[in-house]
Amino acid sequence: MNKTVNQKAWFFVLPVLLLVAFNAFIPLMTVVNYSVQETFGDNTFFWAGVIWFQDVLHSERFHAALGRQLTFTFTILAIEIPLGVAIALCMPRRGIWVPVCLVTMALPLLIPWNVVGAIWNIFALPDIGLLGRTLNGLGFDYNFTRQPGDAWFTLIAMDVWHWTSLVVLLAYAGLVSIPDAFYQAARIDGASSWAIFRYIQLPKMKRVLTIAVLLRFMDSFNIYTEPSVLTGGGPGNSTTLLSIDLVKVALGQFDLGPAAAMSLIYFLIILAMSWLFYTLMMRNEDQ
Amino acid sequence: MKRLTPLVPALYIVFMLLPIYWLLNMSFKTTNEILGDFTLWPREFTFENYITIFTDPTWYMGYVNSLIYVSLNTVISVTVALPAAYAFSRYRFLGDKHLFFWLLTNRMAPAAVFALPFFQLYSAVNLFDTHLAVALAHTLFNIPLAVWILEGFMSGVPKQLDETAYVDGYSFPRFFIRIFLPTIAAGIGVACFFCFMFSWVELLLAKTLTAVEAKPIAATMTRTASASGYELGLLAAAGTLTIVPGAFVIYFVRNYIAKGFALGRV
Repeated sequence: MNKTVNQKAWFFVLPVLLLVAFNAFIPLMTVVNYSVQETFGDNTFFWAGVIWFQDVLHSERFHAALGRQLTFTFTILAIEIPLGVAIALCMPRRGIWVPVCLVTMALPLLIPWNVVGAIWNIFALPDIGLLGRTLNGLGFDYNFTRQPGDAWFTLIAMDVWHWTSLVVLLAYAGLVSIPDAFYQAARIDGASSWAIFRYIQLPKMKRVLTIAVLLRFMDSFNIYTEPSVLTGGGPGNSTTLLSIDLVKVALGQFDLGPAAAMSLIYFLIILAMSWLFYTLMMRNEDQ
Repeated sequence: MKRLTPLVPALYIVFMLLPIYWLLNMSFKTTNEILGDFTLWPREFTFENYITIFTDPTWYMGYVNSLIYVSLNTVISVTVALPAAYAFSRYRFLGDKHLFFWLLTNRMAPAAVFALPFFQLYSAVNLFDTHLAVALAHTLFNIPLAVWILEGFMSGVPKQLDETAYVDGYSFPRFFIRIFLPTIAAGIGVACFFCFMFSWVELLLAKTLTAVEAKPIAATMTRTASASGYELGLLAAAGTLTIVPGAFVIYFVRNYIAKGFALGRV
């Protein structure tokens, strides 16, 4: 659409700008402020320069948490995106089952995140949970509160359970927007179902899938509540993702300087990635 | 092959419902039965857990508090997002693209980063432990989302609509309220749904910004979980009840859900 140049449009944006600036700018500046100062806890602060940033960037603990975070994010992306697309492809396009599928699938998305953690906790408990009991009954030695491998398995199963629906709904929205004429043309050409997927459905879903990857990337990078309720970062530190580690440092130990430096580095990583995704998305839109 | 395809979503739905079933199952059991033996359905069926929740104000006020700040947040977010989305969809102005990206970055900010500064900020302006504080804090990620969704829907409305209205002598506010808003009613519904959803499920900020007066249900649950040890039945009942408002909302917007998830940009 052709947009007219109109600088007065700023007045329309002003309320949003003020509200978000109040919420984003002031706290962000607080964090920046802490990140360059040292305190002994009596409300006196000293200039500390960049030592916190150096500390964080060189700390084994941060590297380990970042490593776990990346492993987690890319694992769930590798599972949820293909699985979501596959389910969307198999869903009926019309009929009474469509609303039933959509409503049940949207259900996990509206459960508070700590409840998601709690649901999976009681579902996976080795002695009284359905999943834990079944796995143990089948002869697996399963205990997610003791064994790191099991904790990871449960964590990833939980995230797949929680968020694959989002990918399904997005992919499905992309699929239903394809006009029937495309499929008729493909049938006349005798296209295989793989060819239909590759040359009709996938290109049509490209944009929604970019949004899906973007949202899933951001939200899984920010994930805090669910793993903290499910495993609390344990056993040991095996499921301590970035957010959990950050909260431990900031609210647990009250180390404001290192926590602030860590926050900024964390935020910059996400920002860089979002910029990358955003540019890709906008480039698609221009074409 | 073709006849097997409906099995895939069916299996997925079964996988999805199993943990929810287990929660429901536990909520109707007595603590003795939960800890005593492993049963696939409640043998001693009891409503006791639910009765506790509906009669104890510390429990049911949690739901009321949550619903208050979620509604407040939805109203604030969508109201301020409407004119902004209109500006982004209709006009080109200095710094518009940068502003749009900056808004989106706030959607991506980890709540853990903001928890402590938010606590200090809202304490400083005397809003700590009020519903308004949580509602305002949640606008951080809900306004960008609402702008994004509404902009998508508004871009789908041809500009001729605006021009015709002006030719017919409508003033801008009258056109916006009487003609434009009804045209994008579906988009507003979807935006409301998403604001409701993300505000309802968020816990970290809501918990940090409240103590007693505005404590959300989710925080009540975590505290109970640690305070009274192993009252799993009660916890399960509370969890089940948190699913109910979401299920209601989904039911009402079911026809728009798919479109809304594509953020109106399919």
